[in-house]
Amino acid sequence: MGITFRKETFRDDFTFRNSPEHIRRFPFPFHEDSYMYAVNIEPHVVGPKGSVLENLIDVDEHYVAEMQDRALVLAEDPLRCQSLPHMTLAGWDLLELLMEQQALGYPEHFTLTRDGDRWRWINRPLGIDDSFTFGDVSTLPYGPMEYITRQSQGDFCILDQRDGNLWMDAGMVTTQADWSLDFDIGMNFFEWHAPVPLAHEKGIFTRALKFLTNIQQGKPARRLNWTMTVNPRLDTSPENYHKWGPDRATVTPENVGEKVHLRVELQSFWRLPRSNGIVFPIRCYLIKMDELVTQPKWARRLHRVIRDLPDELANYKGLTRYRPTLVEWLSKLDDGSPTSPGFGPD
Amino acid sequence: MSTGTTKLDVVVSDVVPINDLVTRFHFRRRDGALLPTFSGGAHVVVEMRDGQRTRLNPYSLMGSPLDTREYTISVRRDDAGRGGSLFMHRNVRPGMEMVISYPVNLFSLDLRARKHLMLAGGIGITPFMAQTAQLAAGGGNFELHYTCRTASLGTYADVLRERYDRRVRLYHDDRDERIELDRLLSSQPLGTHLYVCGPSGMIGWVCDRAAALGWPAETVHFEHFAAPQPGAPFDVMLVVSGKTIRVDEQQSLLEAIEAAGVDPPYLCRGGVCGQCETNVISHDGKFIHNDHWLSEEEHRSCRKIMPCVSRFEGRSLVLER
Repeated sequence: MGITFRKETFRDDFTFRNSPEHIRRFPFPFHEDSYMYAVNIEPHVVGPKGSVLENLIDVDEHYVAEMQDRALVLAEDPLRCQSLPHMTLAGWDLLELLMEQQALGYPEHFTLTRDGDRWRWINRPLGIDDSFTFGDVSTLPYGPMEYITRQSQGDFCILDQRDGNLWMDAGMVTTQADWSLDFDIGMNFFEWHAPVPLAHEKGIFTRALKFLTNIQQGKPARRLNWTMTVNPRLDTSPENYHKWGPDRATVTPENVGEKVHLRVELQSFWRLPRSNGIVFPIRCYLIKMDELVTQPKWARRLHRVIRDLPDELANYKGLTRYRPTLVEWLSKLDDGSPTSPGFGPD
Repeated sequence: MSTGTTKLDVVVSDVVPINDLVTRFHFRRRDGALLPTFSGGAHVVVEMRDGQRTRLNPYSLMGSPLDTREYTISVRRDDAGRGGSLFMHRNVRPGMEMVISYPVNLFSLDLRARKHLMLAGGIGITPFMAQTAQLAAGGGNFELHYTCRTASLGTYADVLRERYDRRVRLYHDDRDERIELDRLLSSQPLGTHLYVCGPSGMIGWVCDRAAALGWPAETVHFEHFAAPQPGAPFDVMLVVSGKTIRVDEQQSLLEAIEAAGVDPPYLCRGGVCGQCETNVISHDGKFIHNDHWLSEEEHRSCRKIMPCVSRFEGRSLVLER
């Protein structure tokens, strides 16, 4: 039995919804009733059936619609996908990783056949059946990174590792929480994290870099990050701020449940074998407040987290303007009773 | 995360003597599947079950990264060493089952380079075997300068000359042939990266001359083949695990810690990756630092030690491990 892919939009009429099964599998990011930065990295190993960790590269009911939205973003702004000249080999590494993982997890939707360099890739949801020579760029319609990331949910940053640092030298970034690949391309780990408040003082980036540069082949790692977005818009880029920034002034007590979305990023980190680079997939999951509060534990906990969030973080995450409205709305769903430990719904 | 890397169950598929000192070992997966892809410059850690002892030695992968049916390493016999290379030469036979680590690359090519200038000394040739194969397959621009004691000890010199012809230049110590280093380093096109692997003296010489001639540090890459040195036995107290251990003459501190059932993280076992860095709680005696990870200041401070290669002489040593 395969996935039933939804027909939906992430712009204009915003028809994005989660099915009840997808609400329950949502990667709720708070394991307790408060939130502060931590180096919350753990091994990226397969998790429970029915969770977003059932496969290491997750494909869900939004796959087809997300790929259509990505194509629209790229048509308007091709600089969302960039790869510096020395990163082509890493692009092939990523193509291999994503084809292998998607074919492994979803054989009814994807098939990869390899005969030496002669590869055949079948992507049934998108109607693709391509034969090509692995390593020969001229046999694909796009470069290897662009080709496969037009067929994979989430943003992808490929980091070159040299001089004890990581460098943002390639990426496909169309579903981002207000950062720009075109701005960050070529920067190192400390440069592109410069705008993040509080974490530098805690030495978090120094420790995180040490960990990431030691990520080993066959041992990927992951962490969750989160923010909030008004309207289920995947493309909240600085380039399009004029389109989504004003949305934040449209939240009212009446429309919170429909308009405000928790946005969770499942970030994973993988060593790439040929290039010795690191790929950093940033997979975005959206859930509207109306959907989230169908799980009473999540409603209570989110209320407490948002209410008690330090102002610097609320500001960085862009919540300041509508936070009072949201907290007021959520408070009605919080009877003050304790929440059970762990992330999952009760 | 747990220590080291994921392990691979392999079988020795071939053992090929190359010359008086060097033997090549081939490994395939026991289940017949392909081995993981790797990048030129990567090493694996080979586990040797030598009686009661487990030896863990790193060796560069020297085959083509394009062929993952088997991995190959070359081991130079070190008669004065701690016994790992002797074990490989004397005990490892085709058909033997062994365990090796996933590949780890601490000597990676900088793929931005317009040209790769490689300098090898002796058995330091092995990572360049894989790197040249990788570059040649992708049309990369490289030049290899290889010094060896004699023609008969010039491991793979013939293979390299046959594969790459004039891109390989050989120097034999017994014929008094020397790399004209200053001239070589002064005549490279812009965008060249320099790689050196060989004895410590050679690495130091090349790095010093490169710095003196104005090469930016980011363009100079090196890999020390620092095996742990034997030394006088010493005792260590591990406070976190509550154990007191003895480090034998032929054992490294890291090996002694592992033999006591404690699993510190490691990757290179050669003093360069920084994984096994350990805090010193107290000491009464002298450290013998052999690593390339800690700064000179850290060495002088006596507050950290790299147990994979460094030792201690004195009355007491207490570690946070």
